[in-house]
Amino acid sequence: MGINGGQALIRALEREGVEVLFGLPGGAILPVYDPLIDSPIRHVLVRHEQGAGHMAEGFAHATGRVGVAMVTSGPAATNIVTPLCDAYMDSVPMVCITGQVPSTAIGTDAFQECDTVGITRSVTKHNELVTRAEDIPMAIRQAFYIATTGRPGPVLVDIPKDIVDPANPRSAMDWYWPTDAEVEASLPGYKPSTQGDPVRIREAAELINRSVKPVIYAGGGILKARAAEALRALAELCDLPVVTTLMARGAFPDDHPLCLGMPGMHGNYTAITAMQEADLLIALGSRFDDRVTGRLDGFAPSAKIIHVDIDPAELGKVRRPDVAIVGDCRSVIEDLLSALQALGGSAAQPDRSAWKQQLSGWREKFPLTYENLEAGEGHVKPQFVLERLRSLTPSDTIVASGVGQHQMWTSQYWKFNHPYTWVNSGGLGTMGFSIPAAIGAKVGRPDRMVWAIDGDGCFQMTAQELVTASAERIPIKVAILNNAYLGMVRQWQEMFYDERYSEVYLSPDLPDYVKWAEAMGCAAMRVESTDEVDAAIEKANGINDRPVVIEFRTDAREKVFPMVPAGKGNSEVMVDPSQQAELARIRALGL
Amino acid sequence: MHSYHTLVVLVENKPGVLARVAGLFARRGFNIHSLAVAPTEDERISRITIVADTESAPVEQIVKQLDKLINVVRIDELAPRDSVEQELLMASVQASVGERSKVLELCQIFSAKVLDTGTQEMMVRLAGSPAKLDDFEQLLRPLGISAIQRTGRVALPRLDHGSSGASLRSVS
Ligand SMILES: Cc1ncc(C[n+]2csc(CCOP(=O)(O)OP(=O)(O)O)c2C)c(N)n1
Ligand SMILES: [Mg+2]
Repeated sequence: MGINGGQALIRALEREGVEVLFGLPGGAILPVYDPLIDSPIRHVLVRHEQGAGHMAEGFAHATGRVGVAMVTSGPAATNIVTPLCDAYMDSVPMVCITGQVPSTAIGTDAFQECDTVGITRSVTKHNELVTRAEDIPMAIRQAFYIATTGRPGPVLVDIPKDIVDPANPRSAMDWYWPTDAEVEASLPGYKPSTQGDPVRIREAAELINRSVKPVIYAGGGILKARAAEALRALAELCDLPVVTTLMARGAFPDDHPLCLGMPGMHGNYTAITAMQEADLLIALGSRFDDRVTGRLDGFAPSAKIIHVDIDPAELGKVRRPDVAIVGDCRSVIEDLLSALQALGGSAAQPDRSAWKQQLSGWREKFPLTYENLEAGEGHVKPQFVLERLRSLTPSDTIVASGVGQHQMWTSQYWKFNHPYTWVNSGGLGTMGFSIPAAIGAKVGRPDRMVWAIDGDGCFQMTAQELVTASAERIPIKVAILNNAYLGMVRQWQEMFYDERYSEVYLSPDLPDYVKWAEAMGCAAMRVESTDEVDAAIEKANGINDRPVVIEFRTDAREKVFPMVPAGKGNSEVMVDPSQQAELARIRALGL
Repeated sequence: MHSYHTLVVLVENKPGVLARVAGLFARRGFNIHSLAVAPTEDERISRITIVADTESAPVEQIVKQLDKLINVVRIDELAPRDSVEQELLMASVQASVGERSKVLELCQIFSAKVLDTGTQEMMVRLAGSPAKLDDFEQLLRPLGISAIQRTGRVALPRLDHGSSGASLRSVS
């Protein structure tokens, strides 16, 4: 059947099951926006292409499905580089379609030409410049296949204008839809393996059965593999304590007795110390990121390592595993469960009561803590805002955060009891992530309440997407923790640069966040004291016809604890000032 | 040259694939000592022979990262003792009429070939092991080299002599 490349592109997206595109048109992609009018695919018109990319990511985080962004050439393509890199670092399945100047103009420095494929090569799992209209369906099928299989990631498809422009004979083609077999055959170098090696799995089971101080080190791969249930079954079968990294919050319920919470630079004392003292780390879909390990030569010195990852390159990249298993987390955990059961299951586990006692001792002595204020005593404590937000919102609320202190407090104080409720920028640490990501999550999960927890600095980077949310009636809720500072940087300057503050002050009221939010079509409130917190949250929870923004004026002096200073080992973790004397006492005793 | 491994990488013969491979080395801080690209018997596939510096990164990590490139079809790793390596050298050397015999003598010893003879210079070619080329280059140098080109090595696995095991380790 005769068709043009632009129609083929839209049809291919429909065939892939795409329901929503996040994008913004321009010259090179214009011919694709025309057939879009006749398509059932919803298009969310963003105000900046970075927003489109993070929305696609938020959509993918919340739904597990591919997020799709479509933008034009040149500056639009460069605007979406940050989200591509973000998705690459956090293994987010995403497809990005960019317009390109006509084939004949490529290489001539044409208007709005840039080497999109060259620029994005190192921040995508794969990218491709399509040169013929008839290749479009295959390119789209490959993109979705690559983005979602193996270790997920972003794939970019660059489409020159001439092959989609009905006015150009080069856009004429016959429609066809490649079969799965044809797609696989077209990628001779791409064979992701999902099944773990049974010999290694059995070795892992034997290590577990011998370990008296085990810890499961669960990473984002658990969520990517939809393995949260399998993880829980494993932990419960063998009574194994679990830490969940920043990327894995929600993969194991925080209210589960085996959950130790988040490890790493701003993890809690028990999670950090349990990993340090463990005799076995069972790393599932985690990658020994420097923010988790701290100084590497001091990390978990006596632990044997079982490392499960779908990406073979992660095994041994940072820490040499004793048992390395390449495979999809869910399938490997399920096989591991069978292997453990065959070896006697829970009855075969050694006595770990001493370890359990040690863990509960740490938990009791060093819980997350902060000093709260009475009403009217000054600016609100950010941790308090998060505790109240958590209490006053449904258990399955999706929360997206920016990057900075507020992100760490959210990860610490939000109690995650469901997978896919935490949307954040872990690997790249992209300020400005939360608002567009929350919008994408809400588009994917309109049935859920979605809160963005943002910093005042972050808010100023992508706030314009609240216009998108208002225009498209995507009722997200935003809490700005306004400490008038680039707080995380301020914390480092306070602690490690002798309180010499360099370029971190932002001002509490420039801009006026309430007016700004209102100007963007949102409901808006300002909270300046502790006793106003609950009422504002409850009011926001009741607003569903538009986005709502609450600006909380928070205490700028508040710091995130615990903290493992950069370059230090995890055994040097600093706890909240109120706990430091006790920690010093314990350390002196060598406990 | 310090520690190195030769990687024979079969890639899809498509635009930009060499840039992907080279870009990966640059981005991950792996060093390339030499690189040679050529088509294979199968027109859909090209062969990239990379001599990788394994001091800058463990060879295992280099191979695994390369293997993640969608267009990389197969990687074979050749440890130096398991492979036969060859390289080509061309050089223009100062050789006025009276001095040609010095060049000719070296060519004879090394079985190099004279490709061109000018009034003041001679152009020579030598194919062989990289070490042999190093020696040849060393001895030509005092005569005055005005231009020199080396191709970078290509390699194939050493053949089975009936004694030791397989010489080629397929890693993907
Ligand atoms: C795009 C970008 N630029 C700079 C940074 C470095 N950085 C990390 S946290 C931070 C401060 C964030 O300030 P704010 O949003 O107010 O959050 P707070 O730490 O105060 O909670 C900065 C500048 C970054 N992560 N991302
Ligand atoms: Mg701030």
